[in-house]
Amino acid sequence: MMLEKLSNAFGPSGCEGDVRRIVISDIKSRVDELTVDHLGNVICRMKATGRGKKPLRIMAAAHLDEVGMIITHADDDGFLHFDKIGGIDDRILPAKGVVIGAGKVPGVIIAKPVHLTSAEERGKVISHDDLVIDIGAANKDAAVKKCAPGDYATFDTRFRRFGRGLVAGKAFDDRVGCAVLIELIKRGPYPFEFCPVFTTMEEVGLRGAKVAAFKVRPDIALVLESTICEDSPKEKDRGSVTAIGKGPALSLADRGLIVNRKLVRFAARRAAALGVPCQFKQPGIGGTDGGAIHKEGEGAPTLPVSVPARYIHSPMAVISLRDFHHTIDLAEDVMRHVTLADIQP
Amino acid sequence: MKDIIKKMVEGFGPSGFEDSIRAAIRDEIQPLVDEIRVDAMGNLIALKKGTGHDGKKIMVAAHMDEIGAMVSYVDKKGFVRFTNLGGVVPIFEVGGRMRFENGTIGVIAMEKLEDPKKAPELEKLYVDVGATSRDDCPVNVGDVACFLQPMVELGPCLASKAMDDRVGCAIMIQALRDMKTKPAADIYFVFTTQEEVGLRGATTGAFGINPDVGIAIDVTGTGDTPEPARKMAVSIGAGPAIKIKDSGMVVTPWVKDWMIDVATAQKIPFQLEVLVGGATDAAAIQKSRAGVAAGCISIPCRYIHSPSETVSYADVLNSVKLLVGMLERPVFN
Repeated sequence: MMLEKLSNAFGPSGCEGDVRRIVISDIKSRVDELTVDHLGNVICRMKATGRGKKPLRIMAAAHLDEVGMIITHADDDGFLHFDKIGGIDDRILPAKGVVIGAGKVPGVIIAKPVHLTSAEERGKVISHDDLVIDIGAANKDAAVKKCAPGDYATFDTRFRRFGRGLVAGKAFDDRVGCAVLIELIKRGPYPFEFCPVFTTMEEVGLRGAKVAAFKVRPDIALVLESTICEDSPKEKDRGSVTAIGKGPALSLADRGLIVNRKLVRFAARRAAALGVPCQFKQPGIGGTDGGAIHKEGEGAPTLPVSVPARYIHSPMAVISLRDFHHTIDLAEDVMRHVTLADIQP
Repeated sequence: MKDIIKKMVEGFGPSGFEDSIRAAIRDEIQPLVDEIRVDAMGNLIALKKGTGHDGKKIMVAAHMDEIGAMVSYVDKKGFVRFTNLGGVVPIFEVGGRMRFENGTIGVIAMEKLEDPKKAPELEKLYVDVGATSRDDCPVNVGDVACFLQPMVELGPCLASKAMDDRVGCAIMIQALRDMKTKPAADIYFVFTTQEEVGLRGATTGAFGINPDVGIAIDVTGTGDTPEPARKMAVSIGAGPAIKIKDSGMVVTPWVKDWMIDVATAQKIPFQLEVLVGGATDAAAIQKSRAGVAAGCISIPCRYIHSPSETVSYADVLNSVKLLVGMLERPVFN
């Protein structure tokens, strides 16, 4: 399936070429226009069906990039030092497999065996500055022949199915959104002008989305994401950001966007009409490309619709395929039914 | 103009949810302007047409939104957790109250602190609306609230929630009332949204208007209280503060000079402001498109982002005078 291919693809922020190629080859025959801009965004347009007055222009965005690493230098012993790309918790790094650069060189982030660590050491987090990647090189020369400074790296994870209707893999944030967007393209054309955009560099500050929105200038935008799901049982009665299996998560407000209240309520009503479960993402947490899109140009009402994903920004995230399909259905339905009159302030 | 200040500060409008205060402002200004519209971000944009012969556009902006809260969770016992809309300071809020959009009032309380010497984080706070369970709780996830304090007079001062920046809105409304001559330039009076979460309304508003110069009307901090957070040469009662610099902008020099010239000519007291922490809509206007000349008339205000933001009434009146004086004598570089 497309999600599997996208999840396995290599694409840290700024190095989205492989993912971009997969997306373009899948959609190019289905859209009326497709351009790749200077920041690497894939900006498409599907003309509105039918004639008549100026159609609504709806942008739907998903980001191509994933969190990862970039090689800064090799040391004399042949180990690679790296910096993080995007938000990764240092605690998850040791002993993880990675692949590096265009040659997909395999490597392992080092870790001291438990036999040799003191209790004090085990209680401490090792900063990524003190971690290195082992690619099996004997010395600096051997290392730089395989991997040069500036090469990107991602976790080395293969997509898999498990449990009942769950899938696991890396880069679900936001290849899940990319897969949703591809499916929405395949369900078109629509009675509105549809502008699907696959953005770059979201994880380092919504950089691609900002310029893409300036170019598209939508009337309304949807952001297709996979979002934080921390639904394990908790000691305190404080709820969870989202819960797996409870349907697409609609954002009310996050760190970068206060969603037009009429738009989010409209989407919730459409979910009810469609018979699709949906949930509100707990307000105040995280951020999406919507933070850039909604305030570009003269502004556009923007709604993130997300598939809940456990363990995002790690080597292995988990989603429910039911949530995934419901997200596609709900996004399509909202786009088909929304009008400016429904959402004007 | 105390009536209009009271009406403004006691209105409801946390960031992103300015509908009610926008309607109130619209009622006040509709008869005073030539055109009025609301853009996609909810900014209220009112045009007062000029004589037209110089074709210039001035954007005057004050933000309608105030800091507030959004319900993030209601627990099994009906206690409400919330996230902040804008820069909410937990210690200012504990023991106070908030009012939700549907009229529900809640008391703001907090869990025990691990370290009582440390200021609490927002997640330690909750709101008690008198509910006993999730089922009888009158508010739900996504509902919004503002902090609750009516306006009171403290001698020559006025204290209330939301002086930031409804006092700016009131100054713009009063300026519209006081302008007697048709200005040379087209003047866009813009009541912006979502300033407290990052100047978002002003960003799209300025893009849409594409002005020749922008003037924000907003509050600024002062250094005139016991052991202030930051030393600062601004006091309440000493006149409008003409901004020189804050963390978001260096004011375009000729805009600052325009303000000083008008204040000097009309014998309006004023002070000069260098604000170390904070920014206003003027910073967003200045960076719009290819860049816009911009400045800010600041109203000195104590206890900003508390439910008792305190300004001097004389400073407010003088700010109106300064704004009207500027708009009647526009200067373009």
